[in-house]
Amino acid sequence: MPDDDLRRTILNMLQGVEHPREKAVDVMYLLQRQYGYLCDEALVVGAELLGMTPLELEELATFYDFIYRRPVGKYVIHVCDGVVCWMHHEDDIFRHLCARLGVRPGETTADGLFTVLPTVCIGDCDKAPAMLVNGRFYGPLTPGRVDEILETLRSGDEERVLCP
Amino acid sequence: MPLKPDFEPVLFKNRRGDRPATFDEYRQGGGYEALLATVGKKSPEEVVRMVTAAGLTGRGGAGFPTGRKWAGVPASAPYPRYVQPNTDEMEPGTFKDRILVNADPHLVIEGIILCAYAVKAQRGIFFIRPSYESDAQLIERELAVARAAGFLGSGILGSDFSFELSVHRSAGRYICGEATAQVNAIQGLRPNPVKAPGAHLTEAGLWGRPTVVNNVETLASVPHILTRGPEWYKSLAATPTGDGTKLYCVSGKVARPGCYELPMGTRLSDIIYEHAGGMLPGGTFKACLPGGASTAFMPETLFDIPMDFPSLKAVGHHLGTASMIVFDKNTCLLAATINIIRFFVRESCGWCTPCREGLPVILDILERIEAGEAGEADVAWLETMTRQLHHAYCAFAPGAAAPIEGLLRHFRDEVMDHLDGRGCPFGAPELADKPGAWHLPKGGRP
Repeated sequence: MPDDDLRRTILNMLQGVEHPREKAVDVMYLLQRQYGYLCDEALVVGAELLGMTPLELEELATFYDFIYRRPVGKYVIHVCDGVVCWMHHEDDIFRHLCARLGVRPGETTADGLFTVLPTVCIGDCDKAPAMLVNGRFYGPLTPGRVDEILETLRSGDEERVLCP
Repeated sequence: MPLKPDFEPVLFKNRRGDRPATFDEYRQGGGYEALLATVGKKSPEEVVRMVTAAGLTGRGGAGFPTGRKWAGVPASAPYPRYVQPNTDEMEPGTFKDRILVNADPHLVIEGIILCAYAVKAQRGIFFIRPSYESDAQLIERELAVARAAGFLGSGILGSDFSFELSVHRSAGRYICGEATAQVNAIQGLRPNPVKAPGAHLTEAGLWGRPTVVNNVETLASVPHILTRGPEWYKSLAATPTGDGTKLYCVSGKVARPGCYELPMGTRLSDIIYEHAGGMLPGGTFKACLPGGASTAFMPETLFDIPMDFPSLKAVGHHLGTASMIVFDKNTCLLAATINIIRFFVRESCGWCTPCREGLPVILDILERIEAGEAGEADVAWLETMTRQLHHAYCAFAPGAAAPIEGLLRHFRDEVMDHLDGRGCPFGAPELADKPGAWHLPKGGRP
């Protein structure tokens, strides 16, 4: 169950809001942050707080890219596979990243640190090929640069920009 | 053709590159003067008239006249009314709104408030994609500054005009850039587009109330139009058919990819050679998508076209978001199209059949052509299926059709060179078991 603080935070957020459903994405982000991903329990709790059925919230949760219905690592690496990054050999970067981490797309490393996901154009095309890790852009990427970024993230020095 | 020597950036006036302009910097450059000269001093109708006279066209891709959109809110329309600044910006190749918001957040905020004043809106909801979370945080921070200065909230500048503006975080899906889908998204509904004959968001949008959805680049042009006048704004364009300045994104095989503010109607060749540094060393221009992935490939023969909405329309193309994705002669445009269609397959909301079912079939045909497993009959089938995309529910599938249509219209020989066992003349290493490509297995649906 979400702790009392989180429940209170969510109830405060919904307090006086004319249409609570408007906050559905924000509520999912908050639950996801606490649970690490939007697990079934979080979905049911979120729906209840929002006055929605679990199905109504599920059809939003599964619609969106940044709501994770499966467990993810501390760092979710969204690798852009838009056409500009494709032109700059994003596929090589992707392959290199997966090989380095020993995962396939969608999987999480055994230490729970990294999840790799392909993502539509992230809007960093002037620095292609690019990726997004917890709200930060990295580009232009080379295999060597990817190794450096992974090292920095492992050391925990990189500041995260999280929603919300 | 070089820029006029007296050209000064308008939207990027305060762009620094390393950090956003602060409220004070914005004020020192004349920021919020339009608001001060408007609220309680000009009528909302006068603001709509000026924006209409300036000929400001929507920068989100459709090029719809902004003044006409605002005038679409009926005088007798109920309250509350809403303004919905759109920073979903998920069109591949497009990053101008991110740069704009980051360069001068208060220019965007002032534009939004002026729009609200013009349509008598009480609430603004700034819709932003999750990839731009740092921008969302920046906007929230600067909204508090604007509120403290008395430019937001109740009784703005001592008038009876009250307006609140807040950020709505999306969780990421391309279709949310479509205005009606975005209205659903904000209301916490599944973001399918909504179409009803004769219905307009300006009459019934968010919660059934009048809602004006505008791209943030469009809104950021408004303070300047009000301060310096419609005639001045029109004179900024390079062509009589253009209006003001435009943020052009250039990406792909160019030496200096980036976002450039230039007179609307600047020639494609000038954008690429004068501003984006020309092609990468050794590269030769082959084609570009002029306005993101949902526009058609433009060939070299159109290299000198003025980049404004009417000029492109006249030659059967669309300016879209004016985000030029540039391809060189060594890039297989069929492989590029496969990448683009894979994007559309993944992002289709699944609501209607031509889009949900048609796009995967098209992807399959394209992949078989690329692999040399297709013949002329498959190309004919591709054309038929592409035509069907125009029968879809919203503009998403016709957008997906555009690059295929451009490919077949201008680069048919390149497509035909793949047929009957020949495969990709460029080698197409890109198609080899790319990880994370969520495409169908060869041969169609499992």
